[in-house]
Amino acid sequence: MPDSPAPALPEPDVAREWLTTMTLIRRFEERAGEMYARAKVGGFLHLSIGEEATIVGSARALREEDYLISTYRSHGHALVRGTPPENVMAELFGRVDGCSGGRGGSMHMFDLARRFMGGYGIVGGNLPIAAGIALASDYKGTEEVTLCTFGDGASNQGTFGETLNLAALWKLPVVFMVTNNQFGMGTALRRHSAVTDLQRKGESLGVPGMRCDGMDVLDTFAVLSEAVERVRADRSPVLVEAITYRFRGHSMADPEQYRSKEEVAHWRERDPLPSFAARLIEEGVIEEDERERIDAEAIAKVDRAVEFAEASPFPAPESLYDDVYVLDPDVRGWYSAPTSEESAGRGREATPPDTSEPAANDEIPQQLTHALAAGEDGRESTGAEA
Amino acid sequence: MAGMRYREALNAALREELARDQSVVLMGEDIGVFGGAFKVTDGLLAEFGEKRIRDTPISENTIVGIGVGAAMTGLRPVVELMTINFALLAFDQIVNHAAHIHYMFGGQVRVPLVVRMPQGAGHQLGPTHSHCLEALFLHVPGLLVAVPSTAADAKGLLKSAIREENPVIFIEHESLYGVRGEVPEGEDELVPFGLARIARAGSDVTIVGVSRMAVTAERAAETLASEHGVQAEVIDPRTLRPLDLETILVSVRKTNHCVIVEEGWPHGGVGANLAALVSEQAFDDLDAPVQRVTGADVPMPYSKPLEDIAYPHEPQIVQAALACLNRSKQSAPAGAAR
Repeated sequence: MPDSPAPALPEPDVAREWLTTMTLIRRFEERAGEMYARAKVGGFLHLSIGEEATIVGSARALREEDYLISTYRSHGHALVRGTPPENVMAELFGRVDGCSGGRGGSMHMFDLARRFMGGYGIVGGNLPIAAGIALASDYKGTEEVTLCTFGDGASNQGTFGETLNLAALWKLPVVFMVTNNQFGMGTALRRHSAVTDLQRKGESLGVPGMRCDGMDVLDTFAVLSEAVERVRADRSPVLVEAITYRFRGHSMADPEQYRSKEEVAHWRERDPLPSFAARLIEEGVIEEDERERIDAEAIAKVDRAVEFAEASPFPAPESLYDDVYVLDPDVRGWYSAPTSEESAGRGREATPPDTSEPAANDEIPQQLTHALAAGEDGRESTGAEA
Repeated sequence: MAGMRYREALNAALREELARDQSVVLMGEDIGVFGGAFKVTDGLLAEFGEKRIRDTPISENTIVGIGVGAAMTGLRPVVELMTINFALLAFDQIVNHAAHIHYMFGGQVRVPLVVRMPQGAGHQLGPTHSHCLEALFLHVPGLLVAVPSTAADAKGLLKSAIREENPVIFIEHESLYGVRGEVPEGEDELVPFGLARIARAGSDVTIVGVSRMAVTAERAAETLASEHGVQAEVIDPRTLRPLDLETILVSVRKTNHCVIVEEGWPHGGVGANLAALVSEQAFDDLDAPVQRVTGADVPMPYSKPLEDIAYPHEPQIVQAALACLNRSKQSAPAGAAR
């Protein structure tokens, strides 16, 4: 961690791209917060400011065909996978062009084409799903790996123990990454977990642990690359703990009475964004003016995203029932409303699965022939979550 | 047609679909080496191997969640839960995830997952292994709910469930596993979802029986005919979502009387829901209020005499049908022809 020798920089273009994406996430999140304050965004809003190195360093250790699955703090994960900021912002605005069609909101981003398999609002809910994705990858005989991120709080959920055990038992290719940002909502790590050395929490379940400095994109990338390739080769899970810190509250309505200004200031000194930029300047990869240009471009991109989201329409009322079910037009009685009434709103009838994205549900049959020869509270809260 | 037990019909459905579609994978506690707690999966491990017939640890929520993830990325997992009460451990994955993922991600991904489980009283398994909880699943938009009561429906509906694009809660009944029936042969003999079965035709009173209660209702109908001269029409909805309400309404318009029988609890139950739907959509055709026969409003007791009176039997159904008919006679205006 801070004392270990600094990992070497990647190729200049790669380093620039990392800085660019980290900057985009930072600027996007700041703007999302502003839009929330202006009531453009509803519900809960969980920002990942401070966690950009963890997000970019880990996602860049993946191949394009690998899967990433995340939590309710997932804007950055969509962006790092290449989902246009326009569609992420439109989702926050609840518009039809949102990456989940305005159905999911901040906590439920999704982009199948880029193999970003979703943000999930239930703490620990994504772990079994990650194992299922990995099971399908293995079953199909592919080399795909799934990176499953979750917070330190999720390591206390039943699904953590259940899924790690099962993934180890079945030798599933999952990298479990616990983003230890020091708090499960407002409860500090030492107050919610008997074992605070989280990378060790998988040991008794047969899942070896690793740790990275989540404030350092280089260290995160180095450790996650090792983890991902190990999992890809061994077809067996590992648990990586990324030590990081969220600079903002758990969500927008968090008064942050559980931590001191000094503590936040201490971590701010290790802000992953300026420290990575400084390193690039120091080593001559970029000049100061390029850093400024990258920042200006990120701001401009986010401006365009806001304009796009503003211009995108809200979903039509008639679409309320769309996609509750994949409807078979020959079958009636999907809903309790009388089917004879047109106004009942029966949703969209089934269309054939989109074949433009071969990763989806319909790719199996051909491939297999070969492979098988063998306690949160409401927004108007009086102090807790939000 | 072939005579087989309900359990064997389920086994045949699984075997045929496993052979037909390489993306079908079975997961569950003791479904492989042990052959299934109720022997539904007997022999499948030997035939299809460990990669497709997967014994799992006792981790219900995670097993279902693995099914969700695998279904999202191309498999058609069939997860077995040992009893419906254990499904409560998996409610997060069933409700928050399986049921909602297609909707909350804007239709980008489908969850073709089947979760099978048995329900029902009668074996003295007490308050944690005996309930009938189909109403809990019926409540959730995004889920389909099948409740087969015959061997033929068990096979035909399970095959449809496996080929379905939506998550299906497939509820078997413990007391029916050993019951024999005639089952159509042929790989593509499916029973479609959303199509009720008229188990017995009649003109005097409509009796809707859910899950095993379709069988009990049929027996009650025989008694009504032989001892009371009442011809009951017995309808088994077979799937609660989608629901073939039309067949029930057509029958009620003919008989003007409706009795609904379920083994589950009365409050917020399947019968309460159906009674509301029938009252809303066929009120003018009813000559008496819809009658419900339900399980007792108690956790299932262990002791045999108590268990026996905690779920419906033939006499209660006969009584309810007669009461429904009598009520209309009493309230009919003098001289009305009926």
